[in-house]
Amino acid sequence: MNLNLTIIGQSITFIVFVLICMKYIWPLIIAAMTERQAKIADGLAAADRANKDLELAQEKVMHALRDAKTEAAGILESANKRATQIVEEAKEQAREEGSRIKAATQAEVEQEVNRAKESLRSQVAVLAFTGAEKVLESSVDQSAHKDMIDKLAASL
Amino acid sequence: MAADGNAPTITEYIQHHLTNWTYGKLPAGTYCDGKSVQETSGWAVAHCPEEMTAMGFNAIHVDSMLWSISLGLIFLMIFRMCAKKAHSGVPTGMLNLVEIIIEFIDKTVKETFHYRSRFVAPLALTIFVWVFLMNLMDLLPVDIVPQLAAWVAGDSHFYFKIVPTTDPNVTLGMGFTVIFLVILFSIRQKGLIGFIKELTFHPFHPSFKGIGLLFAPLIIVFNLILETIGLVAKPISLGLRLFGNLYAGEMIFILIAAMFGAGFLFSLFAGVLQLGWALFHIIIITLQAFVFMVLTVVYMSMAFHNDDEDQFTH
Repeated sequence: MNLNLTIIGQSITFIVFVLICMKYIWPLIIAAMTERQAKIADGLAAADRANKDLELAQEKVMHALRDAKTEAAGILESANKRATQIVEEAKEQAREEGSRIKAATQAEVEQEVNRAKESLRSQVAVLAFTGAEKVLESSVDQSAHKDMIDKLAASL
Repeated sequence: MAADGNAPTITEYIQHHLTNWTYGKLPAGTYCDGKSVQETSGWAVAHCPEEMTAMGFNAIHVDSMLWSISLGLIFLMIFRMCAKKAHSGVPTGMLNLVEIIIEFIDKTVKETFHYRSRFVAPLALTIFVWVFLMNLMDLLPVDIVPQLAAWVAGDSHFYFKIVPTTDPNVTLGMGFTVIFLVILFSIRQKGLIGFIKELTFHPFHPSFKGIGLLFAPLIIVFNLILETIGLVAKPISLGLRLFGNLYAGEMIFILIAAMFGAGFLFSLFAGVLQLGWALFHIIIITLQAFVFMVLTVVYMSMAFHNDDEDQFTH
């Protein structure tokens, strides 16, 4: 074990190397690594954010879809209702029209009947006189019994 | 590898592998193998252990320095290249590896060291990678590079050790540098007074009231001795732990290598041993680099830690 100047030489070399390492190597690499770490952290955060955004968007889409479905169902329902209503209305109208036509027809029939009755009534006197003449074989004084026959005709 | 061309004995072989390429100030009248090779004192490359002993402190291990500086430069170059290319996009190739290492160091440092410092993490990185690379040289077959160096130098006796961390100068040099830094940062964080107080008022707090005043100097001296021993023990344990592990590992590689010369069957056995020990050694070299780094961070953390603040906060 010869201790000699080598020990001093090694010490100086050591110090010089450490200083070079401290000045020209360590900070550069550490800086790059720190920067990369920050970048990766940012990237991960961005990915997280994107994921969350996606989730939100999906939720929104689902909401929109549900709303649209509800709306469509509503529209369908109201359309159905409207259709039923229209049918009902049409039925009602038809019924009304029918009853109106029926009423008019009835009135016409009645009028016809009345007219027939009227004409019958007017001819009743003649018929009665003719019948009576035939029965009595003589002329009947129409003016004498006209009132009585008229009364009979009116009661018909 | 003996000078006269004969095959070296195992002792010579091992000895040769454990000797550094030494350049130093050789005093006059040094003997090598009983022959005087040096008339006047001057700087020269040592040729034998006797000359190295004679050189004493005025010598430098050229191979240790060459390899440690080269490996350090390789580390710095690779990391610098990656640092320049570093970007916040997707990392590729070498940048991946470098970032894994840096992240690992950063995590380890943050777990142990809870103060703000721009210095400690790069220090830990340098220690870990540099020591690991120096240890890694241990996995190269023990003869390849030294033989190559001997061939290049044209001297079969050329000493060339390629694992810097098997040189206590290297490991202790780093250990003492770490403690020097610890003292420096202690003084910066706590002030000179605070640092001296830490050395003298711990672990036994002297009392300055009444009869305690009499014993205060005694306690202070006792504390100082205790703390100084603790302080000096840190770099020595740091350096010697690394040195011991790598030296022992290298020694075993050399012994296994020596076995290759003992016949075919022994070579086969040696091959298996070589492989097994190399695989096991991968763990050791990584672990030792890691231990050196972690202990350094712990010591630095102690330098930043202030007991006085604790007393107020607790």
